[in-house]
Amino acid sequence: MVWVNAIVQGVLLGGLYALFAAGLSLMFGVMRFVNLAHGDFIVTAAYLMLALVTGFGIHPAFAVLFVLMALASAGYLNQRILLNRVLGADLLPPVLVTFGLSIIIQNALLEVFSADSRRLNAGWLDTASFRLSEDISIGALPLLMFVAAVGVIAAMQFIFYRTALGRMLRATSDDPEIVPLMGGNNAHIFAIATLIASVVVGIAGIFLAMKTNFDPAAGPARLLFAFEAVIIGGLGSLWGTLLGGVILGVAQTIGAQIDAGYQILAGHLVFLAILVARPRGLLPKM
Amino acid sequence: MTTLLETRALEAFYGDFQALFGVDVTVGEGETVALIGANGAGKSTFLRAITGLLPAKGQKVSFDGQEIAGLPADRIHKAGLAMVPEGRRLFPSLTVEENLLIGASGGRKGPWSLAKVYDLFPDLVAKKNNPGTALSGGQQQMVAIGRALMSNPRLLLCDEISLGLAPKVIKDIYEAVPRIREGGTSILVVEQDVGQAMAVASRVYCFMEGRVTLSGPPGELTRAEIAAAYFGTKTDEEAA
Ligand SMILES: Nc1ncnc2c1ncn2[C@@H]1O[C@H](COP(=O)(O)OP(=O)(O)OP(=O)(O)O)[C@@H](O)[C@H]1O
Ligand SMILES: [Mg+2]
Repeated sequence: MVWVNAIVQGVLLGGLYALFAAGLSLMFGVMRFVNLAHGDFIVTAAYLMLALVTGFGIHPAFAVLFVLMALASAGYLNQRILLNRVLGADLLPPVLVTFGLSIIIQNALLEVFSADSRRLNAGWLDTASFRLSEDISIGALPLLMFVAAVGVIAAMQFIFYRTALGRMLRATSDDPEIVPLMGGNNAHIFAIATLIASVVVGIAGIFLAMKTNFDPAAGPARLLFAFEAVIIGGLGSLWGTLLGGVILGVAQTIGAQIDAGYQILAGHLVFLAILVARPRGLLPKM
Repeated sequence: MTTLLETRALEAFYGDFQALFGVDVTVGEGETVALIGANGAGKSTFLRAITGLLPAKGQKVSFDGQEIAGLPADRIHKAGLAMVPEGRRLFPSLTVEENLLIGASGGRKGPWSLAKVYDLFPDLVAKKNNPGTALSGGQQQMVAIGRALMSNPRLLLCDEISLGLAPKVIKDIYEAVPRIREGGTSILVVEQDVGQAMAVASRVYCFMEGRVTLSGPPGELTRAEIAAAYFGTKTDEEAA
């Protein structure tokens, strides 16, 4: 029974990892852009939420709205003003620039919020749970996280495959050079992709703030989990990213069940095993 | 006849390499004009320069009464200039119908719609949910033309639409030309096949090494003139 429980908890944890990963997956899919500051953006969103709710006493619902709007505008502007300049055939400049951003963000957070590890009190969400059996119960927060992850992936899937915007995003992913011949503006389309990714980053950050302790240096580890989920699932596949998150989550909780110290290691080992067995991931699109 | 497109002494560069040297081309309203020339003559470069894919800042390109040189390519497209690019360049992850729909992204009003394109190329109806790249070469070319038409262009640029296709298929595709003109669209085709160019166009321009070496209505050009303009008049001894 403890194993079943570990699996159930792992699946739910996987929702959080899928949320970490979805934005990364989208940006890579549309722009072949690897954002090394992705984890730091998530942590920044978490701090923003924390500051709004505990620092300024704003109602959580408004805080959520504000965080998402702030992330959306910051994402769009960051792409237009900074990142579009380094996009190109060469993969190295974006990597260098976002690596620099990552360091700047971590130090700025350290300056403003100190190195103390923090967590956002989620009130009743923290304690409410549904009892499934004698030894298995599902916490309200993990369940909400998982539902949010499925909802986010489904929404992204819908935008991508059912709307004119998604058509433009896929076309840009295929062949950006001739998109202007269709009346599309690459700089704007890229920025819209980053805007969508940033809203997901905001959602991920809000859940991170409630789920675990975090500190200014927590970004790189979230980036690593996000990378692993994307690679396990297969590049360019959104449902694959959800699957990747779930597999990573289950691997970690089963590892933790064996020995509390094995949680992170087990996740990495499963990631490596899948990378060896299926280098293109489980549901590859590209 | 009113002038639709006019370039004056157009030059184009790839880095330090100059590909066009002072090209003057005009296309009148309602005309079908052909560009011919050997490989590397600069025909595609000319199309890239007027569509904004290659920077032409500070030069003279007027289109439909507006100066378009230096405008971003998406703005030029919205002004009514559409291109069927060399090699078709369909979007592989889009279906045939999505490839057509994306051509209409600029939002220009006019006679073309999905139904009209399917009417022009009935072969595409059965394939509309296939990926664009799963079609035969001729059908892919039809999608590329339909995609450009969906923007209701004033001027349609076609870069080597017959390349690599069977004669029967080429004939089918060129049969669409009169119907495209009926919709009020002028046409500029780039053709390697001189006979085809002469048959379809009211005026031809011959390019060689980045310059216009000959132009005029097909009826007024002799075979010898065209051969000279196409391959150059220099013999090997003179060139050496
Ligand atoms: N991307 C590029 N970078 C550098 N030089 C280029 C590029 N594209 C074309 N060129 C050069 O510019 C010149 C004109 O090429 P262009 O493609 O316009 O010729 P073309 O007349 O369209 O030939 P083709 O019939 O083979 O399509 C050639 O010398 C070619 O090598
Ligand atoms: Mg060419």
